[in-house]
Order: sequence, then C-alpha cells, then structure tokens
Amino acid sequence: MLARSSLGSSRRVLPAGAVGVAAAAALCALASPPATAQAAREYSAVTDARLLAPEPRNWLMYRRTYDSWGYSPLDKINARNVQDLVPVWSASTGTAEGHQAPPIVNDGTMFITTPFNQVLAFDAASGDPLWRYQRRMPPDIRMGHPTNRGVALYSDKVYMATSDAKVVALDARTGRVLWDKAVEDYNGGYYMTMAPLAARGKIMVGVSGGERGIRGFVVALDADTGKEVWKTYTIPGPGEPGHDSWPGDSWKTGGAPVWVTGSFDPALGLTYWGTGNPGPWTGDRRPGDNLYTSSVLALEVDTGKLRGFHQYHWNDSWDWDEVSAPLLIDVQRDGHTVHGLVHPARDGYLWFLERAESGISFVAAKPYVKQNVFTSIDPKTGRPAYDESHKPAVGRLATYCPSLWGGKDWPPAAYSPKTGFLYIPANENLCSQMEGEEVEYRRGQQFTGSTNSDFSIAAGATHIGELQAWNVKTRERAWTHEYASPNWGPVLATAGGVVFEGGTTDRYFHAFDAATGKQLWQYRTNSGITGVPTMFEVGGVQYVAVQSGWGVDAQGMLGRIDKARGTETVVPQGGVVWVFALHAR
Amino acid sequence: LRSEDPAEAHAFAADSSARDVERRSLLRACCALAVTRALRVRADESGAEPPPEAIAPPQPNDWLAYAFGARTGQPIALADLAPGAKQITAYPLDPATRRVRDGTRLNQLIVVRLAADALAEETRARAAEGVVAYSGVCTHTGCDVTDWLAPVQHFKCPCHESEYDPGDAARVISGPAPWQLAALPLKIADGLLTVAAPFVGKVGFAQPGSPAGE
Repeated sequence: MLARSSLGSSRRVLPAGAVGVAAAAALCALASPPATAQAAREYSAVTDARLLAPEPRNWLMYRRTYDSWGYSPLDKINARNVQDLVPVWSASTGTAEGHQAPPIVNDGTMFITTPFNQVLAFDAASGDPLWRYQRRMPPDIRMGHPTNRGVALYSDKVYMATSDAKVVALDARTGRVLWDKAVEDYNGGYYMTMAPLAARGKIMVGVSGGERGIRGFVVALDADTGKEVWKTYTIPGPGEPGHDSWPGDSWKTGGAPVWVTGSFDPALGLTYWGTGNPGPWTGDRRPGDNLYTSSVLALEVDTGKLRGFHQYHWNDSWDWDEVSAPLLIDVQRDGHTVHGLVHPARDGYLWFLERAESGISFVAAKPYVKQNVFTSIDPKTGRPAYDESHKPAVGRLATYCPSLWGGKDWPPAAYSPKTGFLYIPANENLCSQMEGEEVEYRRGQQFTGSTNSDFSIAAGATHIGELQAWNVKTRERAWTHEYASPNWGPVLATAGGVVFEGGTTDRYFHAFDAATGKQLWQYRTNSGITGVPTMFEVGGVQYVAVQSGWGVDAQGMLGRIDKARGTETVVPQGGVVWVFALHAR
Repeated sequence: LRSEDPAEAHAFAADSSARDVERRSLLRACCALAVTRALRVRADESGAEPPPEAIAPPQPNDWLAYAFGARTGQPIALADLAPGAKQITAYPLDPATRRVRDGTRLNQLIVVRLAADALAEETRARAAEGVVAYSGVCTHTGCDVTDWLAPVQHFKCPCHESEYDPGDAARVISGPAPWQLAALPLKIADGLLTVAAPFVGKVGFAQPGSPAGE
C-alpha cells in the first residue's frame, strides 16, 4: 500500500457488523470517513479549570493530576470487593512491542496510544471503537524505543508526540489531523515517546535520544496552532550557568533527554521535568558534573525560564536517567507545610526535595534498593560521593548496583493521600557490568560507547521485582510485595484503598491492599503489562483500565536476566486494552 | 532541521461528505504525494534534497565507500579489510558520477571479511575473497547494526541486541529481529570491493499495517 506511505491516516471506525464497508472505504489515507458512522457524539472540551481540578470520574492526563500522583478519588471498587472485578471489554491494538500508555478518559471517551504512534478512541463504557489514527513512520527511521506513553487533551484536541520527533494534534471527535509539527530532525537522533503536558494554552514535550548524541530540550507549542512558544535546552549553552560543567564541545552531544511527562505546580507557575543520562555512557569522556543531566528542572510554564534544579547524581556513568517527574507531595513537619518533590530514582535512592518560588532544595535521600555506588550524601546539598571502583570508564570494567535500568525505570510511582504512602515499582537484586569504549559521534547513530554490559543477580536472591510502599511523612518503608519476576508495572492508587499494577512476566494484572500490601486479586492477560492503569466512571459504573503489551526495555532487561541465569522466559507480544468492572452478584 | 508538514495533505481531507468525483481526485493527489514522499527519504541538515543517483539502491558495478571516518567517501579496497575485524560501515559509490549513494540511510551497508571456511554455501556464492556485505539497517526497528562480537564473529544491533551471523546469510542468532539482513553480492574489481548484484532480501523493518519491507 504505497499510497499510505509516510502520511498518518485517521478514520472513523464503524461498530462491528459494518466492518466490510469500513475496510472497503479504507483504500487510502485520505479516503473520507464513512458518513454513516455515529451520530455526533458529545465531547466535553478540556479547559485549564478541568485539568486543575478534574472531575473524579475522569482521567484527563498522564497521571490524572498535575501533581503526578496517579491517584483516583473513586472508591466503589475497593479493598472489600476488588475480588469481584471481571473484564467487561477488551480490544486488540494490532501492534506488538511495548504498550505503555494510560487509557485516558474524558466523559466516556477513551484515548490510547500504541507503539508506532497509533491513537485509538473508544466509547469507554461499551468498547465501541470511535476512530483510529495510524501514523506511517518514514522508512529510514531508527525506532530505538518503539513505544508511546499516551495523549494529552486540551480544548477539543488530542495531542501525541511521535517517534519521528513531531507533535500531532487531532480532532478529539474524529481523529482528523489538525496540525503536525516537527520539533527536531529525527535523522539527528531525536525522537519522542512521552505523553505531552498541556497547560495554559501550551503543549509541552521533551525529546528522547540520550543514546544518540542529542542535546536535550523541553519545548512548548501553542495548543491551537503548534507554533513554538518557548524552548529550553537541558544542557546550558556557551555563556549560560553550568556550561562549564562540560569539557570542549561535549555539551553539543551530551544527551540529557526528557522523555516522561512533567509535573506542574499551578500556584508557583512552575513545571518540573526529569532529565536523562549524559552521553557517551561513561563519564571519563566528559569530566565534570554535566549539568543538567540526571536532574530535575523547574521551568516557568509561561516562558520556559529555568528557575531551579537539583542534580540527583553528577557525571552519570551508569545510564541512570532520572526522567520520571517528581511527585508534588506536601507534608506537615514541625508545624509547617513542606512543599515536597518526591522522586524514587533510577539511581536507587528515594529523594525528598523541597520546591519553592526560588528553586529546589535538598531535604533527604535514602536507598530503596541495594546501591553500591554512593558512599555518602552531603546532608546540605544532597550531592553524592562515589566509590570509583563501581564507576565504569574506558578500559575499566565495573560492576554496579542497581543495574543500568535502575531501582525504578520510567514506570511511574503513585501516591495515595488516604494512606500517605508512595508506591514504587522497583527492581532489586540486579547489577550491571559495563566498560566504556571509544566512540566517534556519527549523527543519529548510537553514541553510548560501552561494552560488556552484562547483568548479574545478587547471590541467593529469591526475587527481583518489588512493589514498595513508603510513608512519605516518616520516610520509612511500610510494606513490600516481592515478585520472582522483574517488575515494569506503572502503579495506580485509588481512594478505594486498592493499588493496581501489572509489570510481571507472568502477564498478571494485580491488586493490593493499599494499607497492608496484601494481594487481593489478579487477572492473567494476553501479554506482560507495562501500561499505565487508570480508573474512571461512566453512567455510575466505575472501571479500571490498562493496556497489556510487553516489549522494549522490559523485554531487553528480561533478555539479560535470562542470559545471566540461563533461562528462557517467553512473554507473548501484542497489545490489548482491558477494561474491568465489578461483577454484579 | 527538516520540516515537512502532513497537515497540508490532510487539510483537504477535511470534508467527510466528499462526493465520489472529489474522492477520486483526492486519492490521486494523495497517492502522487505519497510516491514523491517515498523518494524523499532523507534530507541532509541543510534541508537540500539529495539527487536521484544518491538515493538509488546499490547497482551492479558500484564500488563500496567508507561511510565514516578519515576516508569517508573513498572506495574500500580488499586490502583494507583484516579477516575477522569489526564491520566497516559503507555506502555504494557510483563509479560513473563518483557520487556516493548516501542520500538515504537505507543504503547503509556493513562489510566484514571472514575466514573462507566460515562461510555457508549460500553466503560463499555472494562473497568475494571472504568479504561479505549486508544492509546495515536492523530488521527489527531500523537501528544501525554497528556492534561486533569478535569471539563469535557476529553482528549485533546496539538497540535491542539482535545478533546476526554474517557467515550464514546474516540469519538471526538471537534477539527480536524477525528476519535476516538483506545481502549484497560482491566481487572484486581492480582490488576494490564492487557490487555484483542487487540486494537479496528486504531492506529495513516492517511497520504495523504495511507489507514487510515496503
């Protein structure tokens, strides 16, 4: 079908029964949608007011709220009845690889994205498909991470960041392309996988490519037109503070990608973004702190101006991206409110920071998995000191824990204000070995310069994956659930006192008691679940939804674990969105 | 920075009640556009379109030229290759125009010299003095196959760790790649690596909803 080359296509989808007609009409990207489809469907425009205070029934953005809690205030599904959850509908996405996006729901309309930048819209209660947008990648693209982490909603539009480094705006009712705007050149190693952040008339995205010699940035586009409003590099240029943390021209190809949706504090007008690793991977080739890699940045939502930062670890040499945005959690301490930023880091430490108009300050940090690199943390600044024997370099093979995928990779943690617990999807007992090797920058190509990156599993380890619950106020761990399997499961916390996640190679979707960690329910799906679960309500019925579809880094880590222990674990691929509700007794 | 804007193309698909005549002309327009685009697979950093000879696939009697490094664009001689050494990344070079066909990375090649007894029969027929050439684009998701596992003499893709055996038609040894790399039969002419025949097999990776190797 040459006619479909390069162009994305959208079309409305007919309900089952009319499929033949739809197929016949689908000759070309630009074939008209069937005029007989649905009668016009109500769609509730997404306003700033709604994003700031979403109705309990809805899940309007990546983590539902700007504070990145991943928490639903719905409670009809709760710790007493969750064992009655049954699937009420499911739908295949037609795509393999890593399905990571949340089912985002606005008043009964659900939007999911899949690898290769497909967007599917469904009636969230019935499962009727409404429309589909299927993007065609340029044939010369390098798909380093074939995945996508979801849409952003704003006004009557749906936004997706694409693997060919563009942002596409679709009509929420039809899927029709309204604008399609390049933020960089994919041939230069730039690509995008994150769900955009929508606020104050802007669509904000960051770029991936920390393994390909990019210079990272966050860019804000006008939500109506796609026109660039501001762009802030995550590596300072000549003359800017922090530029001297890079030797020579290394800043030009230093990485610091941003590939997970930021948090937003509307009171301060500040967005918070996590940044990824520097390149090449071992730090001996770029002596210095390498600002602002493996950091959190506070950017003004209106201007992009950098208002503060905290670098979790300097001169990263372990591929420890710190891209997850911190959760905005305020706690009472010594009679006053601490406006916190909480980040369970890939470097294996749980970081507690404080946010203010003036910037970001360090509060405390403690390891949540075995970590053999940091020897101490400066109590004032939070700057770690390193055991150099666990820091790989060119010609120096080093073993370090946690592994290069960290204590927690991108799968988001969740926070419940009811328990006061932070829920961390962790991987324990894994270490990496790595050695640097010389690498020449070649535009768009792999620029990691590392070799021997094998895995080892801690002696005597009985498990790898964990779901940890931490009391944010006391900074103590409350409970841990152990999985034999690694865990790549994004977490959903709910007011019903249930925490949901998938994440394991055995394909289960799990529910736990939020207070005790007791497993209450599980359901075996088609594939391993790396999708972000969400909760929503339509017509008085409450639902839990998640995509199941194993792939990308979860599969990559599994390959190394299998190699280390001489096993071969099969996790079937292929995406399916699952929607569960309580079975009426 | 490359800028192409499918919004233009979609703008005229807006009216869902287009009459048949209009629909046919739309189809023609979009198909013509798609053909144009299929050729426009790469623009360089300046945004200039590469000439047709730079994006044509490797042709018989093309030379192979270094893709990177100090000798970028220069022909590769048999004598440049040490048996068992890491692959060299190359592009075809049109000897008539002296144009390197580097207008698309789908022409990127990887070249190694193997011990003669390390070649399977099918591969031996395509090899020249133990030198074999393959598409350098991974069949999984299109990354550059740049790593070399010297002890086992295999190619490895750094993105998702697919391994290929260059001594045996670049068949997949492990990893997610669905099929082998396209092979490029070689001969030696005047001491230079020279293309003997067009690609055997599919270049690039399959995307959902499209025929493999489109």
